Amino acid sequence: MNNTPSHKPHIGLFVTCLVDLMRPSIGFAALRLLARAGAEVVVPDRQTCCGQPAYNSGDSKNARALAKDVIEAFADFEHVVVPSGSCGGMIAHHYVKLFADDDAWRARAEDLAARTFELTTYLAEHLDLNDTGAVFDGSATYHDSCAGLRELGVKQQPRHLLATVDGLTLNELEDSEACCGFGGLFSIKYPDVSGAIVDKKADRVVAANSDLLLGGDLGCLMNMAGKLKRRGSKVRVFHVAELLANMTDGPAIGEDRDA
Amino acid sequence: MSQDPKCHDFHQGAKKALDDERLQTLLGRTLENGFQKKRLQGMSRLPEYEQLRDKARDLKDHVLDHLDMYLARFEAEVTKAGGQVHWARDAAQARDIILDICIKADAKTVSKGKSMIAEEIGLNDHLIANAIVPVETDLGEYIIQLRDEPPSHIIAPAFHISKEQVAETFVENHTHLDPDRDLSEPTTLLNEARGELRDKFLCADVGITGANILVAETGTAMIVTNEGNGDLTQDLPPVHIALTSIEKVVPTLEDATLILRLLARTATGQEQSVYNTFFTGAKRPDDIDGPDEYHVVLLDNGRSELLGSEFRDILRCIRCGACINHCPVYGVTSGHAYGWVYPGPMGSVLTPHFVGIEEAHLLPGASTFCGRCEEVCPVRIPLPQLLRNWRVRAFEKGLSGRAQRLGLGMWAGLARRPWAYRLIMNFAIAALSTLAREKGSFRRLLGAGGWTKTRDLPAPQGGTFQSRYAKGER
Repeated sequence: MNNTPSHKPHIGLFVTCLVDLMRPSIGFAALRLLARAGAEVVVPDRQTCCGQPAYNSGDSKNARALAKDVIEAFADFEHVVVPSGSCGGMIAHHYVKLFADDDAWRARAEDLAARTFELTTYLAEHLDLNDTGAVFDGSATYHDSCAGLRELGVKQQPRHLLATVDGLTLNELEDSEACCGFGGLFSIKYPDVSGAIVDKKADRVVAANSDLLLGGDLGCLMNMAGKLKRRGSKVRVFHVAELLANMTDGPAIGEDRDA
Repeated sequence: MSQDPKCHDFHQGAKKALDDERLQTLLGRTLENGFQKKRLQGMSRLPEYEQLRDKARDLKDHVLDHLDMYLARFEAEVTKAGGQVHWARDAAQARDIILDICIKADAKTVSKGKSMIAEEIGLNDHLIANAIVPVETDLGEYIIQLRDEPPSHIIAPAFHISKEQVAETFVENHTHLDPDRDLSEPTTLLNEARGELRDKFLCADVGITGANILVAETGTAMIVTNEGNGDLTQDLPPVHIALTSIEKVVPTLEDATLILRLLARTATGQEQSVYNTFFTGAKRPDDIDGPDEYHVVLLDNGRSELLGSEFRDILRCIRCGACINHCPVYGVTSGHAYGWVYPGPMGSVLTPHFVGIEEAHLLPGASTFCGRCEEVCPVRIPLPQLLRNWRVRAFEKGLSGRAQRLGLGMWAGLARRPWAYRLIMNFAIAALSTLAREKGSFRRLLGAGGWTKTRDLPAPQGGTFQSRYAKGER
């Protein structure tokens, strides 16, 4: 890979539909971090959803149609960066499987897969960002979201970046690799089971005794924040990129504006 | 027909388990603080664990490619050793074969080692209906037999029952003993069960065990137990029947040791199970013990159909239970919610095949796709992908419901038209933001009841990323 200072890769940001709709600040945090690392980023306006809800519901036809749109929208970028392990995993691992019987599209899917990176991985391993300039006087704990962890190997990258935050103490979460119970549409199709799993996660988060809960996937973060809020917990929940970009002044996920 | 499902609605079964505080405590103790930790300890003592997983996966794939050949060799060797192999196409045929052997042996009672295949074919009910008394000899199976319950886990069938409940069950059933005896200690319970079972072993006319592995080159079947009940079941009665399924065969004894090195470590963290019992044929003239008659019942029950399907990889399964032990869903629902014989991720792949996707369509959906099952599987079965394959079949059959189908179709239709998507989403997000006002989350929201039933729904931050980005925000 050519990432010498003289060559700036042409990067496309895949915002993800959840960030686009529910928490734009994660997208802006990603832009700021990439810019700080010296990258030039474009956000194509043709993008919407990666197709994961359809794919995981067994709706291959719609999943394939949405995958084709994403492949088209990001055809001209040298690298594609995604602030989510699960959408990143969808593009980098699962698109190829959708086109098992279509050589031309499979080749395009493989090509996109090789160019697609989860945000913290890209910052830590490809742009060698060692100085985020972030400051946070307090403690945080970190949840390893499943798809990022198991499909893309996201584990040390966010911790490496968090180590650069001035004033931050990172308290490891017990069973940080255990699922939070989100699972996309699973969370509304199996609400009781999902609710019981995130209850166990919330127990661990409370036991970690930290100011912040961080993670790399907005779906999981909304699930955990929603449960913590329901339980009356004061733990503030942010996407890891928001802390790294010094954007923790505003309300956390699910937090009231006047909090 | 295989065993009938005992629970038809996963949601209801799960709710029952979630409301049972005692069960939730037992789940935490058995899984997170039991099996999960023990597996990690077991792995840490075997540096080549990861390489062994690759070898085991390749071995099982090789066997599945040549299944007919290895099974034929196995049969030939069993016959040579004085045993008889019976091929059972389905559950009914397996039951008939076993009943026939029992009737010929004039059997009144049958001792049984733990066998999930016996559960799969509903053997006990069939024997009882034909006036033959089956006695389970695995402690867990013995307890649930007394309580008339199905197993809740493939390797720990009675983990869901507390020791206090076991004591009650023993007092109720062992009526010849003093009803006021002290049964507060687990060892007392164990000794009482051992005393009860000793006579049953000696009196049984037929012994039926499962088999964990079949060895083609020698015609040997083998079983692992931690209680030694497998030995006594296969050795003491005059007739021994090993009831097993076709995918358990491996080429050589060497290959069997590869599976054994992974099996106990992954399941319970033990280096090996306490008893590894190998049986080859009936008692020979010079042997001091062993059964006079030896039968192997080889069950297909739709497995050869799986071989040619997108679910083929599940046939590598060695029934260690690791996927079950690490599944976050099983971790709060336990086994009975799954309704049939095999629970957890491996069960949610197998059950739709055995009882039909129409009956079992809620099972493949009962997964967050967290991937931990695949991560811990000793033979690297891609369980989430196999579950997803079932979701595809369920979707194609329209089993996921009209509302979901409509929702996914509308979402995709909109997401495929970015300009319409932006227009509608900008409006929807603005409406939600207005509704939330200063509140950062909704306690209740029309149409989001599934979510807000158990947690708050964080409100949108305000404005979509794309609209703010288009206005120049960075």
